[in-house]
Amino acid sequence: MAGCCFYAGYPITPATEIMEIMARDLPRAGGIFIQMEDEIASLGAVIGASLAGAKSMTATSGPGFSLMQEHIGFACMAEVPCVIADIMRAGPSTGLPTQASQSDVMQARWGTHGDHPIIALAPSSVYECLELTVQAFNLSERYRTPIILLIDEAVAHMREGIVLPSPGDIEIEERPHPTVPPEWYIPYADPGTGVPPMSAFGDGYRYHVTGLYHDVRGYPTIRADEVEPLIHRLFSKISRDFDHLQWFDSYYTEDARITVIAYGCVSRAALRAIKEAREKGLKVGLIKLKVIWPFMHCTIAKILENSPKVLVPEINFGQISREVKRVNQGKCEVATLNKVDGTILTPPEILRKLEEMYS
Amino acid sequence: MRETTHLVHKYLRSSKRFPHIWCAGCGIGIFMQSLIRVIDQKEYSKDDVVLISGIGCSGRLPVYVDFNTLHTTHGRALTFATGIKLAKPRLKVIAIMGDGDAIAIGGNHFIHAARRNVEIASFVINNQVYGMTGGQCSPTTPDGTITASSPYGNLEPDFNICRLAEAAGATFVGRATVYHTRLLEQLIGKAFEKKGFAMVEVVSQCVTYPGRTFGPDPAVAMMKWQRDNSITVAQASKLSEAERQGKIEIGILVDKERPTYHEEYQKLLRKKPKV
Ligand SMILES: Cc1ncc(C[n+]2csc(CCOP(=O)(O)OP(=O)(O)O)c2C)c(N)n1
Ligand code: SF4
Ligand SMILES: [Mg+2]
Repeated sequence: MAGCCFYAGYPITPATEIMEIMARDLPRAGGIFIQMEDEIASLGAVIGASLAGAKSMTATSGPGFSLMQEHIGFACMAEVPCVIADIMRAGPSTGLPTQASQSDVMQARWGTHGDHPIIALAPSSVYECLELTVQAFNLSERYRTPIILLIDEAVAHMREGIVLPSPGDIEIEERPHPTVPPEWYIPYADPGTGVPPMSAFGDGYRYHVTGLYHDVRGYPTIRADEVEPLIHRLFSKISRDFDHLQWFDSYYTEDARITVIAYGCVSRAALRAIKEAREKGLKVGLIKLKVIWPFMHCTIAKILENSPKVLVPEINFGQISREVKRVNQGKCEVATLNKVDGTILTPPEILRKLEEMYS
Repeated sequence: MRETTHLVHKYLRSSKRFPHIWCAGCGIGIFMQSLIRVIDQKEYSKDDVVLISGIGCSGRLPVYVDFNTLHTTHGRALTFATGIKLAKPRLKVIAIMGDGDAIAIGGNHFIHAARRNVEIASFVINNQVYGMTGGQCSPTTPDGTITASSPYGNLEPDFNICRLAEAAGATFVGRATVYHTRLLEQLIGKAFEKKGFAMVEVVSQCVTYPGRTFGPDPAVAMMKWQRDNSITVAQASKLSEAERQGKIEIGILVDKERPTYHEEYQKLLRKKPKV
């Protein structure tokens, strides 16, 4: 639906099914599927295919996500659109291959070396997996940047009924293409939007692509007056659009004395807990994050101003809660609820915590 | 000379700030010239050629030439090349790697690209050293050699890149030195024509690091060494293992046919698989 026609991957629990479905379905749709020798190679092939004009993706989990960091950085620097689904299991190392976790939130943000912007989306249902995967492709094309789908194992393996949108109802975006003749094409010049038009290899616009700092023509440079504008543009092409990346759902937040901030499978348990709490007369609400990175600073700041208390439940040692606290700066009371035993947070556990906080 | 001027104007990027980064006397430039010459002979459209490299002195080659060029990560050029070739099979995909690049950090990608048989013409510039990082030993540095990272002599035996490619299934394998440019150009041409994974090892000189032990004029001395130590594949076949020691075996080592990944994939697509 998103227009993906190239997949390269390496098997890993709990992401293997994505690869197996691609192996089955892509050839039937005329696309390319290839199993590579490791995750570094997978993302290398994905970036190569994208440079040749194909919308491309890969999927993996913790250990493979670690290996992919090198090429995530390359895709950021060379501005190559691609989508990486990280089906989160508990780490570090081989960790808990079959258990759900949300412990790659910070790796998604800072896993590759060097300053760089990143966009990560977190679906919490089967429908959102569809919706946000399409959006991931759209954003990667729009901003020419790698997009990470952070999906916990519980959501990734979830089965539930959904109504598929008809293809016409889905908006599909394409990367900006050059409109000038090849002689005039300056591949990394800022057209004003921060995102330079991108030509595919073989389309007549010959240019150079590198992971080194480069000038507007793509040639390596160490000149301070070329290095600084590049890194600033890489950040600002996304930051100037922060307003459009405030994707969240809110439930019962208007009069909430406690607002829960959650994402992925935990947001589902939280919603159930909140409904039960409301039945008991507790004024509690939920903000479900769909965009994890860039962190929705403005949205969260407003909640922190209006809600006396905030709870951030996560199945990790506390990763998004650190961001919430950073934005909070002492405005309200931020509590955490962390589970790191390989099982997911349940509605009763969250309800208990809410009751404790309410009294 | 006229021909060279013509090639310079046609293929070197006029928008690129020169000079290039290579040391005077380095063999990489000789290889670049041969590569351009063969591309010109073959009359490939510049729009259809993709030059992909890894990281190292050799990795800097693509930036100077006017094709679709991609300077990737250390050791991983072949993974990007695989994606490009499969996504747009009409492109002429050429990968350029260093010895450390292709065989140390990229060794796994190298053997799998050969096994998979994606149509990529690949070139390993073997200067038996990590040039870019200052002369440390590489997997092709001979046993006992003193380098920046083996001050007491290298303790490891070296890899034979061509035999590795052959064992992994490459359909074309050849070796030349930058002294033997005629042969080198022949092999480049054959690698370009190959329907499948082709690998040419280009024995080259790093004048700045190993070159230090070659006297005051290392470029000439090292190329003379290439001339005097090379034997053809035919000559080598008459020698015993012991006699071949220390010699550079040049020529075509493998030239065979095998279905490419792309051909197999096309067959699959034509079958329109059903679940
Ligand atoms: C992941 C990674 N590790 C290490 C390096 C540092 N590095 C740059 S070039 C190079 C070795 C180059 O040697 P070789 O591949 O033989 O190429 P040459 O410079 O000799 O042409 C190394 C180790 C790097 N760029 N990336
Ligand atoms: S360091 Fe060695 S390999 Fe690198 S450019 Fe100089 S001579 Fe060539
Ligand atoms: Mg080398």
